[in-house]
Amino acid sequence: MKDKAFRVLAIVPAYNEEKTISEVILSIKQLDFGIDILVINDGSTDRTGMEAQKTEQALVVNLPANLGIGGAVQTGFKYALRNNYDIAFQFDGDGQHKALEIKKIIGPVMDSEVDVVIGSRFLKKHNGFQSTVARRIGIKIFEYLNMALIHQRITDNTSGFRAYNRKAIGFMADNYPTDFPEPEAVILIGKNGFRMKEVFVSMAARDQGTSSINGFRPLYYMVKVILSIFMCASRRRLR
Amino acid sequence: MTSMSIHTIQYIAVIGSTCFLFFIMGLIHQKKIRENYSLVWLFFGGVFMVISLWRGSLELIAGMLGIAYAPAALFLLLLLAVISILIHYSIVISRQSETIVKLVQEVGLLKMAVNIKEAKPWKQ
Repeated sequence: MKDKAFRVLAIVPAYNEEKTISEVILSIKQLDFGIDILVINDGSTDRTGMEAQKTEQALVVNLPANLGIGGAVQTGFKYALRNNYDIAFQFDGDGQHKALEIKKIIGPVMDSEVDVVIGSRFLKKHNGFQSTVARRIGIKIFEYLNMALIHQRITDNTSGFRAYNRKAIGFMADNYPTDFPEPEAVILIGKNGFRMKEVFVSMAARDQGTSSINGFRPLYYMVKVILSIFMCASRRRLR
Repeated sequence: MTSMSIHTIQYIAVIGSTCFLFFIMGLIHQKKIRENYSLVWLFFGGVFMVISLWRGSLELIAGMLGIAYAPAALFLLLLLAVISILIHYSIVISRQSETIVKLVQEVGLLKMAVNIKEAKPWKQ
């Protein structure tokens, strides 16, 4: 990595993560490269916002209503854009992402190798958390769809652990998808001419709370996301 | 007797369409619906007014579409009206959701900016 002083922002979306949020913030702060942290408290009904504030290590945006992950993360992009950050990365508030892996995802962006980096659990076989069988089937479907639509193999389309450079931040501030944004965002990035790559990261099984995709929702999730992917691919380039 | 009842239904249809149009206009007048959202209602109100006044129009439409039983064309028109109004609603709702997302994001960012200013009032 170059020595140039980059301004780096961690965008931490959090919905009802009072038990993990302070640990997540402190784990990022423990790294030695002066990352600013922006917690987006997405209309939590618990003490997530207060717990984050208490650490005094993060800026906290308390959204007055629950927007879902897409709207929450986009708030972070808007902040990053308006405050001239060079790099922004998403880091979930539930303890799934590991701070020690941050360097891996921001490195290629710092080196101007690519515009967007996605942290993937599936680039290597390993013993870390790789999600359940059903979810992995879903993730495979996205992988093939993306290969067909943007001609780039992305193995972990649902990963939220991603880093963006200034150009991509500006674009995402305006165009980040809502609802279940991750797989659709991959198409958006690929289609609009950003350079993107995956790096291998290990993730933890979530410490607390439950995934937002449970019960009867997987079917809805798949249908909605596949529709969004096709629609996104069929639209004109935005840049 | 038959011609009487045909006339009766025509009167009812004309009165019904007139009342409907007045009702929609009244809602616009009272600012309960905005003009742009009422256009679809007015359009179909107008269509039904024409059909009520000019009975032949329904048969003409049925004939053009190859519908043997003219009143069935009326149901088709009604269904079309309901579907297009519902689609129009979906468009309006989607647009509003987008606006709401933007507002919520801005309110969140503004609240944070205000809190920071209040905590450090010397840093103007």
